[in-house]
Formats: sequence, C-alpha cells, structure tokens
Amino acid sequence: MNDTATIISLAGVLAAAAPIVFAVIGETISERAGVLNLSMNGMILLSAMGSFGVALATKSVFLGFVTGALIGALVALVVSFASLTLRQSQVAVGFVLTLLCRDLSYFLGNPIMGQVGPRINQIPLPGLKDIPLLGGLFFRQDLMTYLSFIIVLLAWLFIFRTKQGLTLRGIGEKPAAAYVRGANVNRLRYLYAVIGGAIAGLAGPIYSLSVKAGWKGTISGLDGIGWIALSITIFGGWKPFRAMIGCYFFAILQWLGLVLQPSLPSVPSQVLQVAPFPLMILTLLFVNIGNAEWVDRSLARLPENVRRDIARALRAMNATPPAALGVPFEKE
Amino acid sequence: MRDTKPTRALFQTGSIVLALLLATVVLLLAKADPIAAYKNIALGAAGSWDVVANVFVSWVPLLLATSGLLVTFTVGLWNIGIEGQITLGAVFTTWAMRLMQDSGWNPAIIIALAVLAGMMGGALWAMLAGALKTFGGVNEIFGGLGLNFVATALNIWLIFGPWKRPGIASMSGTLPFERNLWMPIAEGSSRLTPATLILAIVGILVVYALLEGTYFGLKLKAVGKNPKSAYILGIPTWQHMMTSFAICGLFAGLAGAVQVTAVYHRLIPSISSGYGYMGLMVAMLVGFRASLAAPVALFFAALNVGSIQLPIVLKLDSSLAGVLQGTIVLFVILGQGVRDRLLKKAKVGS
Repeated sequence: MNDTATIISLAGVLAAAAPIVFAVIGETISERAGVLNLSMNGMILLSAMGSFGVALATKSVFLGFVTGALIGALVALVVSFASLTLRQSQVAVGFVLTLLCRDLSYFLGNPIMGQVGPRINQIPLPGLKDIPLLGGLFFRQDLMTYLSFIIVLLAWLFIFRTKQGLTLRGIGEKPAAAYVRGANVNRLRYLYAVIGGAIAGLAGPIYSLSVKAGWKGTISGLDGIGWIALSITIFGGWKPFRAMIGCYFFAILQWLGLVLQPSLPSVPSQVLQVAPFPLMILTLLFVNIGNAEWVDRSLARLPENVRRDIARALRAMNATPPAALGVPFEKE
Repeated sequence: MRDTKPTRALFQTGSIVLALLLATVVLLLAKADPIAAYKNIALGAAGSWDVVANVFVSWVPLLLATSGLLVTFTVGLWNIGIEGQITLGAVFTTWAMRLMQDSGWNPAIIIALAVLAGMMGGALWAMLAGALKTFGGVNEIFGGLGLNFVATALNIWLIFGPWKRPGIASMSGTLPFERNLWMPIAEGSSRLTPATLILAIVGILVVYALLEGTYFGLKLKAVGKNPKSAYILGIPTWQHMMTSFAICGLFAGLAGAVQVTAVYHRLIPSISSGYGYMGLMVAMLVGFRASLAAPVALFFAALNVGSIQLPIVLKLDSSLAGVLQGTIVLFVILGQGVRDRLLKKAKVGS
C-alpha cells in the first residue's frame, strides 16, 4: 500500500469514527448528569432509519439530521420520564427501549429498505486541503466529521471550563450538594439527558446519510454500535478527549479487520468483522481493574517502590463513574 | 387509592391496552391494516395444531432462559450475557454430539450427555461474566455484552471453519445430525418434542421452589435487596452472585442444547434466536416472579410464531412481534411508575 492509499484509508477511519464520537459525547453528557441512557443501540438504528426516510421523502439531508436529533431527544425523554419522574429502573427502561427501537426501525424501515437516497458530500477546506499528509487526513472530510472534531473540544470546554459544566458534574456526583447550591436537580437532569440524547441521535443520520449511506434493515451493520458507544463512554472515564481516543481506537480495529482479511485466509471474514466488538468491551477490564478489591490486597504485598508505580499506572487507566449515576434524587 | 390486587390488575390491563393502542398507531404509520395484522398474528399462532405446536417449540427455550434469569434478577444482576450463554450451550452440545455421533452408543445416552455438556458450556460462559464482574470490576451488562460478541464470533468461526459442511461452508449451519440422534418428535407433529416440554416445566418449577421455598433462595433475595446489609449479616455476596450466574448459565445452556438437539438438529449462526433478550423482557414483565413466567413466555412465543407469516401475507416485517412485546413491557413499567406515584400521593394525603 502506498502513502496516498494509507492516508485515504486513515481519513476513512476518522470519518467512520464520527458517528461513534457523537454517540459517546451525547452519552457522556447524559451520564455526567446522572442519567444512564442504555437505549443507545436501538436508538441509533431508529434514528438512522428515520432520518434516512425523512431525507428520502423531502430530498433534504438537513431535515434528515434534524429528525435524527429529534429521535435521540425523544427516546432520552422517555428514559428520563420513566426514571426521574416515575422512579423506575433506568437499566430496565433503557434496555426495553433498546430492543423496542431496534424492532421499530426494522418494522417501519421495511418499505425504504435498499433505496438510494441523498447523502452528504465531502467538503475539502480550501487552502488547508493541500497541506501534505494532514490535508488529506483531516481536511477533505464531510461536515459531520469536521463537527466530530469540534464537538469533543466543545464538550470538554463545557464540562470542565464553564459554570454550567460544574453544575452538570455536581448533579451527577453529589446531587444533594448541587441542590443546596440552588440547582434544580431533576429539571437539569431532564435537560442534559435530552441534549445528550439529541447529540447521540445524530449518530444515526451520520451513518445512514454518509458513512453507510442508505437503510438496509438487519444487514445495515449498525446493530452493536450503540453498545460499543456505551462501553467507550466508560472507557473514556466520562472525559471527552479520552473518550475520543476510544472511538478512534475502535474505528482502527474495525479498519484493521478489513485490511487483515486477505492475509488471514483461515479466519472467516465474519469473525474479523465481529472481533473489534469484544476487544473494545474487554478494554473495560483495564479501566475497571483498579477498582477491584483483590488488586488492592495483592498490591499491598509488593515492595513499596514497585507498588507505587503499578498503583499510579492503574490510577491513570482507572475510570470512576459519576457517583450518582442511575441513582434517583429525592429532596427530603 | 389503595394498593390492592384489583388496582394492580387494573393498572396492568390499562398499560397493555395503551401499548396495543400505540402499536396500532405504529401499524397505521406503516400504512397497514391493524385488524388484518392482529388477525394474521392470531391465526399464525393458534390457527392450526401445527402452529400451536410451533408456539410450544418456541416456548421451551424462552421459558428456560426466563427461568435462569429469574435467579440472576433475584440477586440484582442484569445477565445480558445470556445470549452468549445460550450460544455456548449450543456450541458445547454440538461439540459433544460430534464426539459421540459415531461411537455407536445408545442415542438416548448420547443426547443426554450432549445436553449436559451444553449446560456446562452455558454455566462456564456465565461464570466468566461473573468473574469479570467480581475480579475485574466490569459491570455484568458490559462484560456480558462483550462475551455475547465473543460467543457469536466463536460460533461463526466453528461453522465456517473446523465444523464446516463437507464441500462449502454456509450460513445454513453445520451438517445436520443423523435422524436417530434427534430428540424424539411427537406423533402427528413436525417439530414438537415432548421431552423438551418436560424439561421446561421442570425447570420453572425448580426455580420457583428454589426462590420461594429454600433458605438459599431467601439469601439470594437478601443479596438482591441490599448487598451491603446482606454481607454484614454474614451472607457472602460475591459467592451468591457467582452461584446465581452459574445457575442461570445452566438454564441458558440447556436452552441452547434444546435448540441443537430438538429444533435445528445442527449448529446455525443465529442459534440463540434472541431468546435471551426476549427472556429478559419476560422476566421484567412478570416483575421477576416465577409464578407468571410460564404463561407470559407462552404469550411472547405466540407473538413470535404468529408474526412469521406477516411478510408473506401482508408484506409487513415480522419484527412487529418485537414491537408489540417492547411496547407492552415499556407501558407496564410506565404504568407501574404511575401507580407507585399515585399510591405515594394517597399515602401523603391520608
């Protein structure tokens, strides 16, 4: 493979990661506020199908993207209503919704299956696109891929550099304290869950109007992406930049699955397509193992200098969820 | 309003009616005739003895999965990894069958040993999820999902690799076993095997007795209600979680073994047929009570089998069954929430 081909396929990796970036950033915002939205996997399928259907009918990709965001927001609203207002288990509601949305997408998407519809195009940025290497890699992308770079920065700025971001972290970590400081915990949780849902909802149209244009029902290859997004949210430790690394890591694994296929003829292609999924989820082992009690105990037996280094490495990898994630808030 | 059986039943019925109304709206959105669709499902599930038998064929693995999940739910675990546990059960069963099929042993012994191997496979996979949770700190939902993907990959690799059909490997699965190694099929039916019905019924009774009638069941409940206080009271938490994972895995593995020895008579790529996820829905719908699991699982199985003809007769996708199941579970959860709220208000008011 020559350099140009490598650049083009790596640029493809960046584009393929864009929908996952949106899904993970959306989920990160929602979980930071304490709302675990487990419906991601089905929601992405439904928003991919819905946005493609709307774009096909109206010939407008813009309306397609609006539809995707609306579907994401609506599903998040149901999760929020069931858990924040009706106090039902977030895991239960999220899980039911993930199956329901998936089947809804297959059922309602049946008539538009396999049709050719509008899609978004690459917009090479004048000037920047001609920079050697970097131009081909970063600046010949489509709009949503550019936005995927920007949204990570925006989310980081919002969560860690603004007053509202501080409150957002507060209602997910110590809702009682945030309440005492004047935050309307449940209203804000609704707000951030719905905003996060809308951002994550964009993952659908990025697939159906760009990365995997069209709607192909059960063979769309999107089933499973939402679960990956949820596990990358954990892998990312609820931090936008670390989550972004997870997204690119997964996209590279998927790309490697395709590239390695010719050189591994004994492995069926289906296995290489599935392999990135367990690999990504098993990375959770590394970010969680520092939390396990037996690790502490066995570390305590090691000599001090070794122990300190290992403990530091574990802490660097470690991801601790927002303390009040999934816990309802009740003002006494 | 008071918390009585009639009000609870009223809320549940109301929720199901609302769910059906929403599903009707979905059907209208799809420009379909709702009456025709429901009628088609009803006929597809109860129109002839043969389809009724098919409903029971589908009921067995679903009820087995649900039975196992009731145990993990009792200790407060979300065993989403059950899909992979069913798959591993099927893989281990196939493996055992392949080892023994040319041995010339009595077919009944071969099948029994293969089913036991399947149960072991399911339990092993479940305990792996349990180990990831206990020793790796990986939440059982994500550990289970990861293991589901691994199980799928392993299954497909076996079908397309070492266990491929002579000639060309294909999505239709491995070569079917000899007819004498199938579980005996009931007279007058094309697929129903009485032995598996007995397994499913004994299974749910065992789970019911275990949870409602034993000290062990009581301890599981204590861990599920409040792991910390259970631990302080001297109930070793993780051992109980691990045991319940293993029990659920045995049931899931049995479901996989049934799929191989009694339904498909070979290993196919989608051998778990989604029964694990459907079992989670059934368990949620019955509020994790074993007494209702059998009839609700039968209803879900009927919806599934009833929808098979939809694409041919009405050009509708058979995922309508999943839409109906999902809306019903969602609305029952929402209805439960509304009822809890009203009860609380009434309590504060009085």
